[in-house]
Amino acid sequence: MIKPAALSPTLDLLRFNTCGSVDDGKSTLIGRLLYDSKSLMEDQLEALERSADITGGGQINLANLTDGLRAEREQGITIDVAYRYFATPRRKFIIADTPGHIQYTRNMVTGASAANLSIVLVDARLGVIEQSRRHTCLASLLRIPHLVVAINKMDLVGWSEARFNEIRVEFEQFLPRLGIQDVKFIPISALLGDNVVDASVHTPWYPGPTLLHHLETVHIGSDWNLNGFRLPVQWVNRPHHPTDPRLHDFRGFSGQIAGGIVRTGQKVTVLPGGQSTTVKEIWTYDGPVPEAFCPQSVTLRLEHDIDVSRGHLIIGPDHLPGGSSDLRANVCWMHSRPLQAGRKYWLKHTTQSVQAVVTAINHRLDISTLEPEPAPAGLALNDIGEIRLHTAKPLFFDGYETNRLTGSFILIEQGTHATVAAGMLLPPTEVVRPDTTDFVI
Amino acid sequence: MSNYHLDHLQFLETEAIHVLREVAGEFERPALLFSGGKDSICLLRLAEKAFRPSELPLPLLNVDTGHHFPELNTFRDERVRELGAKLIIRRVEDAIAAGIATPVPGEISRNRLQIPTLLAAIEEFRFDCCIGGARRDEEKARAKERFFSFRDSFGQWDPKNQRPEIWNLYNARLNPGENMRVFPLSNWTEQDVWEYIRRERLAVPTIYFSHRRACVRRHGQWLPVNDLVPPRPAEEIRELVVRVRTIGDIISTGMVESPADTVDDIITEIAAARVTERGSRADDKSSEAAMEDRKKAGYF
Repeated sequence: MIKPAALSPTLDLLRFNTCGSVDDGKSTLIGRLLYDSKSLMEDQLEALERSADITGGGQINLANLTDGLRAEREQGITIDVAYRYFATPRRKFIIADTPGHIQYTRNMVTGASAANLSIVLVDARLGVIEQSRRHTCLASLLRIPHLVVAINKMDLVGWSEARFNEIRVEFEQFLPRLGIQDVKFIPISALLGDNVVDASVHTPWYPGPTLLHHLETVHIGSDWNLNGFRLPVQWVNRPHHPTDPRLHDFRGFSGQIAGGIVRTGQKVTVLPGGQSTTVKEIWTYDGPVPEAFCPQSVTLRLEHDIDVSRGHLIIGPDHLPGGSSDLRANVCWMHSRPLQAGRKYWLKHTTQSVQAVVTAINHRLDISTLEPEPAPAGLALNDIGEIRLHTAKPLFFDGYETNRLTGSFILIEQGTHATVAAGMLLPPTEVVRPDTTDFVI
Repeated sequence: MSNYHLDHLQFLETEAIHVLREVAGEFERPALLFSGGKDSICLLRLAEKAFRPSELPLPLLNVDTGHHFPELNTFRDERVRELGAKLIIRRVEDAIAAGIATPVPGEISRNRLQIPTLLAAIEEFRFDCCIGGARRDEEKARAKERFFSFRDSFGQWDPKNQRPEIWNLYNARLNPGENMRVFPLSNWTEQDVWEYIRRERLAVPTIYFSHRRACVRRHGQWLPVNDLVPPRPAEEIRELVVRVRTIGDIISTGMVESPADTVDDIITEIAAARVTERGSRADDKSSEAAMEDRKKAGYF
């Protein structure tokens, strides 16, 4: 029945999130992207038109596309992060749509944590307001590699080039402090569609790409860390096959590469033990490979029989990680019970969970300026601040700014098991010094 | 562009393998829900990629509604034999006989009756985690679903109180009696599923391909004539060239007229489709919140 496989098109995947509050036209923008790229289906359009007749007084409400739950439709609000999918002939896209009301920080951190790109929507009439600064600062804190400032409602300021430049200059005044590498300013009208998918006839002074064209072409090839090899071991693969001698002795360490590149025959070290050995084989279901890179999922076989289990970290010889039980991190607090110094939590970092106690709250960040406010009593829901932690076992980690996968953690409340915080580790003060002698049996 | 780059299917694959291995690492007694449908076929291949050369470290579980297409069960059993996997089947018929599930006259599918059957199986085998093939692009309530979806001791989903999921760090902690549903294909679209089937050369049940079948027109869709869907007096039986786009209950799954008889044809057809996959499922049309209500009660 199945013909010999024609090659699937090799598209890559861009994940982005949209930041904006209720009236910024965020839902309209998403609706416009889906509509103009012909990603909406007839039954979805019919459902939209039905709801327009019932609740919208005849006006199609594009927010109804993303608000999927009964309570959301009843209250006209978005409760949580919703994910939308669309594709063009150039790329596949995942949109994390986060609501702009209370709990905003928590939801934006959730939606943006895996994003390649953030779109910050600015109302051209209002210019840079506190919301815009908050969104941009969060994107910076989360180290999202690409930022688009979409200056929306240009139709309401007469397509003014001067107004566009004014907002751009205002933005550029606080951007340098934030360290975002790639920022693009685009004048749009989400409602009318100008410069979203199709170029606008109203902005001849704007030589740049439309929003969709930028999303299709922005270079994301170097968004993963390819420098220091890191494999957090997820699962030990031991077939124990009674009759097949090749499988009887098979012992592999499975995981998703969290940084760098690994090659057959190269030297690796296993932490926390510190023993070094070489890579015998990079095993995959589709056959052994000579090298593998972040974020591929692989199974490593090692030359020597070292004690390795879930939660251990296999590293290469260069770009060594930090290793410590005393950590400093920025955390975003996600629970209504506030953080207080002295409390114990479960901390999940890569594939290991350890007990951790919060030893100090150094400061709380003003999210509109990223200025620290010293010595707060605690961190409340949606607060971001710098804390110190002591863990029951040392963590082997990188600073979040170097590696989002080995530099991040979550805190879990004991007893209720609620996820209460997202943490971003500050760079280590000293790197781990594994045994320099090779492992010998 | 560097060579160290994954295309969209490779990215979705490594993400799903990571999720499956987290399940194996974090749970004591997980199970994988396998129906023989296209999504769970991909799920099974991903499980092979995650765990080979070991045996799959979890049994397969199927809730048989008694309203399955026969082609689906034949395919399910063949695939399980090929893999040497362990398959547990729990039947809605048995749950009805035992008084666990109660049918209501006029229901257009056995979706609701699957819920108590599934929850009883979870209790019987003390499963702490069930892996399913649901995707966020399928349906509006599913778009709000997590990779690791927490269910309380009654099997209920609380959409307003979900655990935030950040980076690739999944909180898998449970108290006794609680349960996790895990969806490795969360970020896949219908198109991705078929492209993966093509790339991996996976076999699928024959009803996905174009064939001749006797159908009747009912509620705006073509229903397959069979013992459970006898033609009504005024209905005309038509012999049509059809296939299924999504497989649900045999009494409410609409057949679509289609000449697509290869995976390539299906991919071309989906790319040009103007209605969503679930447009042919009467069970989801019964109300705006049909899926949301089933999920809150413990559905997949």
